[in-house]
Amino acid sequence: MLYIYMLGYDVDFGHMEAVSLISAPKYPEKQVGYIVTSCLLNENHDFLRLAINAVRNDIIGRNETFQCLALTLVGNIGGRDFAESLALDVQKLLISSSCRPLVRKKAALCLLRLFRKNPDVVNVDGWSDRMAQLLDERDLGVLTSSMSLLVALVSNDHDSYWSCLPKCVKILERLARNQDVPQEYTYYGIPSPWLQVKTMRALQYFPTIEDPNTRRSLFEVLQRILMGTDVVKNVNKNNASHAVLFEALALVMHLDAEKEMMSQCVALLGKFIAVREPNIRYLGLENMSRMLMVTDVLDIIKRHQAQIITSLKDPDISIRRRALDLLYGMCDVSNAKDIVEELLQYLSTADFAMREELALKAAILAEKFAPDLSWYVDVILQLIDKAGDFVSDDIWFRVVQFVTNNEDLQPYAAVKAREYLDKPAIHETVVKVSAYILGEYSHLLARRPGCSPKEIFSIIHEKLPTVSTSTIAILLSTYAKILMHTQPPDLELQNQIWAIFSKYEGCIDVEIQQRAVEYFALSRKGAALSDILAEMPKFPERQSALIKKAEDTEADAAEQSAIKLRAQQQTSNALVVTDQRPANGTPPVTQLSLVKMPSMSNVDHNPAEQGVSQANGTLSVVDPQPSRPSDDNIGDLLVPLAIEGPPGSATLSGHSPVFGFGGAPNAEDALAIAPVEEQINTVQPIGNIAERFHALCLKDSGVLYEDPYIQIGIKAEWRVHQGRLVLFLGNKNTAPLVSVQALILPPSHLKMELSLVPETIPPRAQVQCPLEVVNLRPSRDVAVLDFSYKFGTNVVNVKLRLPAILNKFFQPITVSAEEFFPQWRSLSGPPLKLQEVVRGVRSMSLVEMANLFNSFRLMVCPGLDPNTNNLIASTTFYSESTRAMLCLVRIETDPADRTQLRMTVASGDPTLTFELKEFIKEQLISIPTASRAPSPVSLQAQPAEPPQPLPTSSPAALSDPGAMLAGLL
Amino acid sequence: MQEDHLDSVAIVKCIVDDLHSSFAYWLSRQGKVRLTKWYSPYSQKERTKVIRELSGLILTRGPKLCNFVEWRGFKVVYKRYASLYFCMCIDQDDNELEVLEIIHHFVEILDRYFGSVCELDLIFNFHKAYYILDELLIAGELQETSKKTVARLIAAQDSLVETAKEQASSLSTMIAQATK
Repeated sequence: MLYIYMLGYDVDFGHMEAVSLISAPKYPEKQVGYIVTSCLLNENHDFLRLAINAVRNDIIGRNETFQCLALTLVGNIGGRDFAESLALDVQKLLISSSCRPLVRKKAALCLLRLFRKNPDVVNVDGWSDRMAQLLDERDLGVLTSSMSLLVALVSNDHDSYWSCLPKCVKILERLARNQDVPQEYTYYGIPSPWLQVKTMRALQYFPTIEDPNTRRSLFEVLQRILMGTDVVKNVNKNNASHAVLFEALALVMHLDAEKEMMSQCVALLGKFIAVREPNIRYLGLENMSRMLMVTDVLDIIKRHQAQIITSLKDPDISIRRRALDLLYGMCDVSNAKDIVEELLQYLSTADFAMREELALKAAILAEKFAPDLSWYVDVILQLIDKAGDFVSDDIWFRVVQFVTNNEDLQPYAAVKAREYLDKPAIHETVVKVSAYILGEYSHLLARRPGCSPKEIFSIIHEKLPTVSTSTIAILLSTYAKILMHTQPPDLELQNQIWAIFSKYEGCIDVEIQQRAVEYFALSRKGAALSDILAEMPKFPERQSALIKKAEDTEADAAEQSAIKLRAQQQTSNALVVTDQRPANGTPPVTQLSLVKMPSMSNVDHNPAEQGVSQANGTLSVVDPQPSRPSDDNIGDLLVPLAIEGPPGSATLSGHSPVFGFGGAPNAEDALAIAPVEEQINTVQPIGNIAERFHALCLKDSGVLYEDPYIQIGIKAEWRVHQGRLVLFLGNKNTAPLVSVQALILPPSHLKMELSLVPETIPPRAQVQCPLEVVNLRPSRDVAVLDFSYKFGTNVVNVKLRLPAILNKFFQPITVSAEEFFPQWRSLSGPPLKLQEVVRGVRSMSLVEMANLFNSFRLMVCPGLDPNTNNLIASTTFYSESTRAMLCLVRIETDPADRTQLRMTVASGDPTLTFELKEFIKEQLISIPTASRAPSPVSLQAQPAEPPQPLPTSSPAALSDPGAMLAGLL
Repeated sequence: MQEDHLDSVAIVKCIVDDLHSSFAYWLSRQGKVRLTKWYSPYSQKERTKVIRELSGLILTRGPKLCNFVEWRGFKVVYKRYASLYFCMCIDQDDNELEVLEIIHHFVEILDRYFGSVCELDLIFNFHKAYYILDELLIAGELQETSKKTVARLIAAQDSLVETAKEQASSLSTMIAQATK
C-alpha cells in the first residue's frame, strides 16, 4: 500500500487497518503499522485519535523497541491531541535515568515537536534545571537532540534558561577543541558539526552574555572557528566546516562583537562572494545582507560592490536573487546612482522570473535616494521603456504623482515624455505615462518647436490604434485636456478631437464611452471647460505604494532580511525628497484639503501665527490681530477660512474630520475646560476622541485613539465587579515608536493594574497590554490613561478616558411585575430612593430612550408601568463593597414637553442610588455621539472628571462660531 | 526556526529529501518520487502539488549551480546522487550547509547499510529507507549523528523482525506437521 502511495496515487483506504496494526503485539506488525500510519496520515486526521491509546500504551510500556516506534510516530506526526494526552509521559521518559540514550533522544525530539506545535498545551515551567542537567549528558546523540529541544525552548522564552548558557559555551569549547569526542561522532574530521551549529543557534536566542568569563571563552572559540576554517578539497568536509563557520558568523553578528571581529567577518564574507563554489557564494551574499542590519559595516561592504554586481550576472538564479537583495539593501544616497543604473542595464538582459522584482526594486531605490527629481523621472521612464510588461501599474502611478506634486518637475517631465513618444516602438505603459503627462503639462512646452498642441495631439493620436482599451480612456482625457489648453482655440484641432469623441461614443467599453460622451459635452461648454478640466490637484503625500508593496511581498515571504529592516528605517529619509510638509510636523491635514495651493502657504504669510497655533496643537488661529491670511489665499482655498468675530473664536474649518476635532475647541475654550492640559502635541488625532470614548462606553471593543503614528484599540471583558481590558498599541509606521509610556490614573473606586508596557513598539507591530480592573465602590469617576510616546522628534502625549465606567459593572436583568413592585415599595424614600426632575433633556422618542438604556445595560422592562409614557428599567450592579445590588429606575416623561422628565432611582445602597441617578442624567442630557454642547449643565454634571483635553464640538457647532461663543458664555 | 517538518521521500531517479522545515523527499531524474516524509501537515492534494512544483524547479537546474533554491518563503536544499535528487525544505534562517550535510550523512548511512546503495535498493526496500530516516531524523531535527549507532539500531530492528519471522515459520511448520 505504501508503495502505491509512493507512486503518487491517492491512498484513502486501509487507514483503519494500519491504525489497528499499531496495537498488534508483534514487532513486525507493529512496525508496519507505525510506518504506514506516519506516512499516510497527518496530524489533523481523525483516525489518529483512534491510535492515541495504543501509542500511549507503548510509550508507558516496558519494551524499549515499542517505545521507540511510538515516540517516532508522535515525533513525526503528533498533533494537539497527542500533546494533550502524552506530553507528560514523554517528559518523564526524557529525564528518567533508567532509559537508554536511544529512547531519551527520541523523547527529546518528540517533546520538541509537541512543544513547537502546541506551546500552550505542553507545560515546560521549571524545565530549566532539567535542561541544564540534560546538557551535562555525555552521549552526543542525546545531547544533539536535547540541544534541538533547547533551541525551541529558548526561542520561546530565553529568560528561564540562563542557567543553560554557560553549559552551551562549554559544549562548544569541548567540540571546538575536539576534546573527548568519540571517533564515531566526527564527521570528516570535524567533531559533530551539527551539534556545534545547534549550540550556536541556541546561543543566538540569548540577548547578551553578561558573564565576562563565559563571554571571553566564547569569543575565543568563535575566533578559532573564524580563523581556522579553510577551503579544502573534500566537498563534504568543506560544507560541514562552512556550516559551522556561517553559524559562527551569525552568532558574532548577534553578539555585536567588537569592531575588529566584525570587520574580520566582513572580510571573510568578501572572500566568500568571490569564490567559485556556488554554495559558499550564495551564503556569502545572504549573510552579507543579514549583516547590513546589524551594524555600521555598510562602508566596508561597499568595497565589494563591484563583486556583488558581478554576482548579479551569475548563471544561478538563487545567487542572482541574493545579489539583488543585497544591492537593494546596501543602497544609499552615495551609491544609488551607480546601483540603479546597473540595475537598469541588467534589466534588459535579466530573465523573466526576476524582471518584475528587479523593476520594483529599481523604482523604489530611485525614489528613495534620488539625488534630484529629474533623474528620478529619467530612471522611471527608462525603466518602463525597458521592462514594459514587468512594470506594475503602481510604478507609473507613482511617477505621475511625483510630477504632479512638484511643479518644477512638470516641464521637464513633459519634455521627456515627448521624447519618448518620438521613438518608433514604445511600450504601452510609456504611452500611458506620456499621454497623461502631456495632457496635463503640454501647455508648459507650447513655445518649443514641435510641441504645439496640434503636433502633440497628432503624435499621441498615432499611438491610438495600437493600444488597449484602458489606455484609450487615458488618451481621451488627454485630448480633452489638450483641447482645453489650446488658447486661443484651434478650430481644426477641435473638430478633429470632437470627431474622435463622437466615434467613441458608441464604444463597447463603458468607461471609454462615458468619457467620450462627457468630454464631448463638456468641450462644447467653452469657458466652463477650463474649470472642470483644471490641472490635477496635488496628490496627498502618502507612503509610496511601491515600498508598501515591497514590504508586503517581503512579509509574505516571511523574510526577516536586512532589506526589510532597512527599508523601514529609511522610509523617513525617503520622505525628505518628497515631503512638502514643514519639518515641525504640520499635521497631514493640510494635504487633505483639495486645493492647489496647500495651506502651507499660510505658513509663509503668517509664520508666527501658525507657529502659535501649532504649539497649541490646534489649528485655531489665536493671533490677536485680525487673523486673516492674505486675501489672495482665500480664493485659492476650496474650503473658505471661517474667520470671523473676536480672536479666540476664529477657527480654520476643514473638510476633514481631523479638522473637526483639531480645530474645534479654540484656545479659550480649551483653557476654560481643561486648564491643566498641556498641548504639546503637534500630532493630530484621527477621529474624535470623545466620540470614540462614548462609542466604547456602549460596546466592549473598538478604537480608543488614533493618530498618524499609533492606533490604540481596546477590548474589554467584564465579569461581575471585575474587568479585563486589553489595550492594543499598534504602531502604524515603519519606524519604531520609542519612549512609550502608559500610566493609569485610576479614580479611588477602581483598582487597576496595567501590565508592563514595552518602551519601544517595533515597526508595524501591535503590542497588547492587559489591564485588570476591580470595581470597589459605585462611582461615576472615570479612569484616565496618560499615554505618551516619541516619534522622531515629536513627543506625543495624550490623556484618554478609559471606558471603565459605571455601566460596565451592570448586569441587565428582567424583572417581572411580581418581583418589581414589592422591591420598589420596600425601597422607600431617600437616601435609597431618589427622585429628580431633569430639564434640558435632549429630544428623543421613547423608543430611542429605551434603546439608550438598553445599550447602557439598563434593561427596560416593558409593560410594567401602566402609563405608556413611562419607562421602567432594572439592572444588577456589582462592586466589591456592594456585591450584587438590584437597581430600579423609573422615568416618567411628559409627551407634551420632551425636554423634561421625572426620574426615580432606587437601589439598596445610598451611594449607588445617587451615582446611578447622576449617571443617567448625564447620559440623558449630554449627547454621547454628537456635540457636547458646552452648556453649563453638562459641565457641572462632570465635576469629578479629571482634567483632560475636553474634546470637541461637533462639526455642526463648528460651522457656527457664533453659536459656539454663545455656548461658552 | 518554524516547525513544519514534513518529510517525504520518493524515488524514481531523483531523491529529494527535506528536513528541517517541512519535508524531505527523493525523486528520480524523471521526476518520480521515491520516498517522501512530511513533518508538517499537508493534505494529499497539497503534497502532490508541492512535489510537482519542486520537481519542476529542481530538475531544471544545471549541475554547477548552488544547492539551494528559494521557494514560497522556504528554502529547498537539494543534492543529486547519481540519478536521485534528495531534497529537504527548510526555513529561511536555518543553516543550509548543515542540512546539505545531513543529506549526505543520510546517503552515507544508506550506503553503508545496503553496501553501495543504488536506486533499485531504495525501490525494493523502501521501508528500510523509512526506518533509517526515522532513526536519523525526528520532527525534522537531527537525532543521531553517529553512523555506527544508526547502523546498530537498524540491525537490531532487522534481527527482531527476523526472529519474529522464524517463529512464525516454525509455528506454521509445527502446525503443518501436527495436521498431517
